[in-house]
Amino acid sequence: MFGLEKRDTRLLIIVAIMALAAPFILNPFPTDSAMAQFNAGYPDLMQRFVIFGILAIGFNLLFGLTGYLSFGHAAFLGVGSYSAVWMFKLLGYNIIPGMVLSIIVSAVFALAIGYISLRRSGIYFSILTLAFAQMLFAIAYSDLIGRFFGTPITNGETGLQVYTSDPQYFHNENLPNIPHLFGQEMQSTYTLDVAGWSFDFSFGYYLCAIIMLLTFYLAIRIFRSPFGMMLRAVKSNQQRMNYTGLNTRPYTLAAFVISGMYAGLAGGLLASMDPLAGAERMQWTASGEVVLMTILGGAGTLIGPILGAGFIKYFENIFAKINDNVLHSWFSFMPDGIEDFMVTIIHPFVGKGWHLTLGLLFMLVVIFLPGGLVEGGQRIGRMFSRKKPSDDAADGTTTPAE
Amino acid sequence: MDAILLQILNGLDKGSAYALIALGLTLIFGTLGVVNFAHGALFMIGAFCSVTLQKILTLSSETLSATEKDFLGNPLKIKTPYVESWFGPEVGASIIDWAVPLAILFAIPVMLFIGFAMERGLIKHFYKRPHADQILVTFGLAIVLQEVIKYFYGANPIPTPAPSAFVGSFDFGPLLGLDTSLAYPYWRLVYFGFSAMIIGAVFAFLQFTTFGMVVRAGMADRETVGLLGIDIDKRFTFMFGIAAAVAGLAGVMYAPINSPNYHMGMDFLVLSFVVVVVGGMGSLPGAVLAGFMLGILESLASMNEVKAIIPGIDQIIIYVVAIIILLTRPRGLMGRKGVMEE
Repeated sequence: MFGLEKRDTRLLIIVAIMALAAPFILNPFPTDSAMAQFNAGYPDLMQRFVIFGILAIGFNLLFGLTGYLSFGHAAFLGVGSYSAVWMFKLLGYNIIPGMVLSIIVSAVFALAIGYISLRRSGIYFSILTLAFAQMLFAIAYSDLIGRFFGTPITNGETGLQVYTSDPQYFHNENLPNIPHLFGQEMQSTYTLDVAGWSFDFSFGYYLCAIIMLLTFYLAIRIFRSPFGMMLRAVKSNQQRMNYTGLNTRPYTLAAFVISGMYAGLAGGLLASMDPLAGAERMQWTASGEVVLMTILGGAGTLIGPILGAGFIKYFENIFAKINDNVLHSWFSFMPDGIEDFMVTIIHPFVGKGWHLTLGLLFMLVVIFLPGGLVEGGQRIGRMFSRKKPSDDAADGTTTPAE
Repeated sequence: MDAILLQILNGLDKGSAYALIALGLTLIFGTLGVVNFAHGALFMIGAFCSVTLQKILTLSSETLSATEKDFLGNPLKIKTPYVESWFGPEVGASIIDWAVPLAILFAIPVMLFIGFAMERGLIKHFYKRPHADQILVTFGLAIVLQEVIKYFYGANPIPTPAPSAFVGSFDFGPLLGLDTSLAYPYWRLVYFGFSAMIIGAVFAFLQFTTFGMVVRAGMADRETVGLLGIDIDKRFTFMFGIAAAVAGLAGVMYAPINSPNYHMGMDFLVLSFVVVVVGGMGSLPGAVLAGFMLGILESLASMNEVKAIIPGIDQIIIYVVAIIILLTRPRGLMGRKGVMEE
């Protein structure tokens, strides 16, 4: 189906069902139960899942296939956001021009940055992309281009947002005053109440989910294409590719630009959820987060980046909410002394200390499970199934090349 | 003219910090072949050694005053630092005053220990893994170290003053025969002198001792040195400790210039990487040269005259220079052929 092999089709369908049924799957607990804080089925968070999923899928096309570790991918995310907000300011709140421009602009940036950075490989490449991203961050944060031309372009620290005085040529009073798709507001949500449960179906989420499925489909096609094969050849032995007389740079540059366009699209979608763009979206910690997602999920696998993005965004939102009161209520069945002791031990790892947990988890994954969550799942699966090792590849994922 | 001189002086202290961190990065890279993303965190831990020692020295005993009362009418609490009660008020006060320089003594063993522990406990297992894995695991470690410091010391910068003897500034004007005054803070002079000393010590150690000679030989050809029956791994571990100590000392002395906060390491790390790349990966003199050069360029670009022509150039000058240099000299200023070509 869709020109895919059987197992890829199966994977795509599973992801599609998961994405479309996410409002049910992520809300397993009744609204007023004690476990309700673990529900993740609210539109804002679900949108983040899929948007960062797109970002991680794109990053994986570069890192997973070619092995080039870019530490500056957040720059494209930020560039995409700024472009989309500029379209909102100039043309109006319909998101289509914003999406198109964010993809085009990030492709241009990726072409320029990739052209220079890809002259070197390995660590040099990582550091060069990092330097470029930091440069763009500095430019955006103090609005250097804007100061040069005398009019705000990124609007510095405040961030770029839409004002009522902006031209918005295609805007009229029949259209909503927030981002919309031909009049359909992104924020419009239908809430379904069933016996204690409450499920939110947001238009914005479904739009993002469908875009995510499209980009995922595209990623599968790239993975299975001769082009993808060539990229994997670059990863496994670039020198040999050069010796056979092949110039690898156009291939890696194409991968870099595609990956940058994915990031730009994600940035544009972020701006469509919330029409403002700030420089902190481009900081190198944000680039690091993309790397974390991809590695945690499993670099070089199809499903890994989406899992990683969902995992990190889920725990970022849910872990950060756990405070001492919640901890006390969990351990209240224990004697007082032990209860306080447990709370004191767990306290540094939750709430504001969530980054500590993330860092530790990330180190553990890199050390013991280089294939990420996908490899973990495969290992567990192998433990139970006791099948021949040759059957492992049939679960719809590819094992990462060296 | 003297404005330019002043900016060059201003660039020296930032350049010293870049040079010291880049020197440590290059030492680790040249010996162990590992790119240490946690190096900025080591700089930050060094700065927090200053903070810690200052906190330890100002630990106080509380006594109630017999005569004075506070505004609520309760007896006034008088805090006396323990060092003052042990060594007498004057000696004690000056010990507290000199907390930052004293922290050097405190930081050396701490940083050496952290360096050894990092190498033996974590990085050792990553020699045979791809470079990407090394970057990732040290990046994870940097996050962990940063969050641990944040947990214990909070997120706000902690002011750590220099000894009162170094408060104020030195006037270079008369010394250079200029009519105008050219004030430059004493502590920044101290910082520059200190880092020049450390850089000199590291180079002398590598150049003039047998240990350093073996390390240099190991950097050039690790296998042959191993075949000669020398346990090169042990020496490289020691060099990792030295590199950690260099970064830590840079941080200790930097504490009075910028109040330490938990993410100061990350801010310096990115720039230090640029410095290493510009200097040429694996070249120690290149790292030092590029560190000072970029530090001075950065402060020259922050002059109002320059900013009037190109606004905001001071924020991006380092990256622009790095890109130009890499386009014209892909191996960096002093990079050698064959190092990190892959």
